[in-house]
Amino acid sequence: MTTQTVTSANSPTASSGGIANWLNVSVRGWQLASLVVALVALAPIAVVALAWLTPTADVWQHLGTTVLPDLLRNTGVLLVGVGLGVMIIGVGLGWLVATCDFPGRRFFDWALMLPLAVPAYVLAFALIGIFDYSSPFQNQLRVWFGPGFALPPIRSTGGVILAMVLAFYPYVYMLARTAFLSQGQSMLETGRVYGLTAWQSFWRVALPMARPAIAAGVALALMETLADFGAVSVFNYDTFTTAIYKAWFGMFNLAAAAQLASLLLLFVVVGLVAEQRLRGRAQYHLTPKSTRSHRYRLHGGRSLAAATACALVFILAFALPVGELLVWAVRSALQDFDVRYLRFVANTLVLGGTAAAVTTFFALLLAYTWRLKPDRMIRGAVRVATLGYALPGSVLAVGIMVSFIWLDRQWLTPAFESLGFGAGPWLAGSMLALLLAYGVRFLAVAYGPVDSSFERIKPSLWQAARSLGASNREILWRVSIPLLRGGLFSAGLLVFVEVMKEMPATLLLRPFGWDTLATRIFEMTSEGEWERAALPAVTLVLVGLIPVILLVRRTANPR
Amino acid sequence: MKIWAIVQFAGMGLLTFSVPASATDEVVVYSARNEQLIRPLFEAYTRETGVKIRFITDKEGPLLVRLKAEGSSTPADMFITVDAGNLWLAAKEGVLAKVDSPVLMQNIPAHLRDPGQQWFGLSVRARTIVYHTGRVKPAELSTYEALGDPKWKGRLCLRTSKKVYNQSLVAMMIARQGETRTEEVVRRWVANLATDVFSSDDQVMEAILAGQCDVGIVNTYYYGRLVKKQPRAAIALFWPNQKTGGVHVNVSGAGITMHAKHKVAAQKLLEWLSSPSAQNLFADGNLEFPVNPTVAPAASVAAWGKFRQDQTNLAEAGRRQVQAVKLMDRAGYR
Repeated sequence: MTTQTVTSANSPTASSGGIANWLNVSVRGWQLASLVVALVALAPIAVVALAWLTPTADVWQHLGTTVLPDLLRNTGVLLVGVGLGVMIIGVGLGWLVATCDFPGRRFFDWALMLPLAVPAYVLAFALIGIFDYSSPFQNQLRVWFGPGFALPPIRSTGGVILAMVLAFYPYVYMLARTAFLSQGQSMLETGRVYGLTAWQSFWRVALPMARPAIAAGVALALMETLADFGAVSVFNYDTFTTAIYKAWFGMFNLAAAAQLASLLLLFVVVGLVAEQRLRGRAQYHLTPKSTRSHRYRLHGGRSLAAATACALVFILAFALPVGELLVWAVRSALQDFDVRYLRFVANTLVLGGTAAAVTTFFALLLAYTWRLKPDRMIRGAVRVATLGYALPGSVLAVGIMVSFIWLDRQWLTPAFESLGFGAGPWLAGSMLALLLAYGVRFLAVAYGPVDSSFERIKPSLWQAARSLGASNREILWRVSIPLLRGGLFSAGLLVFVEVMKEMPATLLLRPFGWDTLATRIFEMTSEGEWERAALPAVTLVLVGLIPVILLVRRTANPR
Repeated sequence: MKIWAIVQFAGMGLLTFSVPASATDEVVVYSARNEQLIRPLFEAYTRETGVKIRFITDKEGPLLVRLKAEGSSTPADMFITVDAGNLWLAAKEGVLAKVDSPVLMQNIPAHLRDPGQQWFGLSVRARTIVYHTGRVKPAELSTYEALGDPKWKGRLCLRTSKKVYNQSLVAMMIARQGETRTEEVVRRWVANLATDVFSSDDQVMEAILAGQCDVGIVNTYYYGRLVKKQPRAAIALFWPNQKTGGVHVNVSGAGITMHAKHKVAAQKLLEWLSSPSAQNLFADGNLEFPVNPTVAPAASVAAWGKFRQDQTNLAEAGRRQVQAVKLMDRAGYR
């Protein structure tokens, strides 16, 4: 029997200080470890914020009087457009594949997740290659319909929103779909007993219950949008990150760039806090058992519309761009293909896998500490540790590098020298630095799934285990881990995919010789050789399909 | 005890990548010029001299911050980047050392290296006008400034002002003719644009071929790549300002770091890069011009004809870059 409960914060289970009360563990140790993780994540952000000590009034005045107003408006438009887009596509398609039945559903169920493997900047240049005025496609249209014929311009506000929605909707789709699946049947059936139609039960039962998942997905998509520089610069769409890079590269003023970046962060913090306040203090405990024996069977026009919507998104976000990349790769990049690609693929996989493990572990640490004792301090630690995702990649990478070099010179080198090792640098340029950087950048991605898998464990379960005399170790291995496994696995795979796509931190912090597929894309695009970049890009997408398909299989039957 | 040993072992494993090799026959390079262009050179050098070269590539901005932050503990001996503005900045930030080398002075024309001898141009690219051979006669073209003429209304395509190549072009225009006049020219360009600015030179040329516009400004090697792929494309290069200041050129170049651990070896490498035996390998891979005037460019590059270069020292591109960026923002050039 599937049961679901929505307990309010007033219930004794939630507010009375966490599960530490029933578990006989040392809360202090966990708290200390969590604080260390938060400190590591805070260091690069602090470096960025320290830039406020440097006066940069001239840059501000210039930006303020020329481009800043437009940039803020553009950024606002982009956020609203991408936010609405990923919500509609992600939730809509998630609902369709999770609860309805129509031709092709089984295929779209997993296929709609595949765009996760396509980096946003790659999708952007593929879409422009396909749809711009000078593309073969439009040239052909002009042959058919006369020289005056033109599609609406892809290099436009609508175009950049489209590209980012197609790149980022999978976050919402994935989380919403899982949420709908795990809601099970009975809740909706109860709704039907009370006379709700399918639509009404969607709006009044399923959607409110899936809200934390949807909010988490949309937050990820919006943070990516805010931090993105690759896709917007391919579209030449000026956003707030444009100002950051203009200050840095154009006006040689890294301090002003860092100040702008820290404002961006502040904005994200305010947004996240507001969302949480709005959500209130309701808690969502879902009993993780899902058997969706009955689906809404769609007929006629409706089933056609559902299949068309799924197909359209799949084609635009995956089939068409990847097809274009393949064509480019075969046409103009095959001469670049050599045995070194084995090395690039191996490096990419090793970095992705290791970073996934490290980051997921950090996420588990934070989420568990929060469950043990949900107090202000740990809430702050979680907040800080998951901020890195909203900083533009290059800015974060530089922050990490500067803080690591400082650590090296102030602490590690003296320490290691006194132990008889040679002089550093020990951290900068090492594998450890790169892995920590990934951890700081992608903790937000890992934290969501881990946290929500904790939410699915009712606290009473631990209580019961304890009262039955289970030891800490048994509670961990026989109660917690089996229930968390799914969430941990999902978190790891998501981080895996993200790390594979990550470019700026990899470029700056990789040890000598650790070239990856993403750095290959950089080598080609740095002098505008987009078509030659298609080879590493398509390889990246294909390799990226491995974790995505694992993720799909994992979430096909969430536990 | 045991645990500590394991931690130590794991730590060593992770950290070994960073241990600086102290072999003397080695040069460490940070490069913003991309891997496929520099690797063949380094491999040739290693074959010739036995000196090993380790390098890392990234965008010039982050690499420069890294050099600065690492300070005296940097492993890097040489910094390679594209665009004189970036080289100038590296010198200004104090990460490059002054190099006294008669060989470099002789191999590299004076306007393509730092007057303070901290950076040296190694390959030359011109940023010049391209036009559609069917819709434009070369006689209609004359200078960069003349692209602001009303007759080009709705016929001009440009790349974004965020690209450093355009920032350098405008900076050098400011150096030659002052800020007021340059701003007027840039405003006229913007008024003549056929469509929103593009994010790459390739897109500018594609738009010309597709009929969206008739003239544009691009780097020569992008043009070279295009005609290599489509030899019959109806697009050609024009060398502007031949009676006035000359064509705007830029360089990719290098300097030796202030705290280089292998200074002598690095200087030898730098001198070799400017020598006839390396210049073609350096320039031809990217269809650029050798910086060394005694070396002939690749046949396909030589086919574009001879032209007069702007002789103003490229340090101006860096010195006036901020000014140029602000000017373009004011003029509404995105």
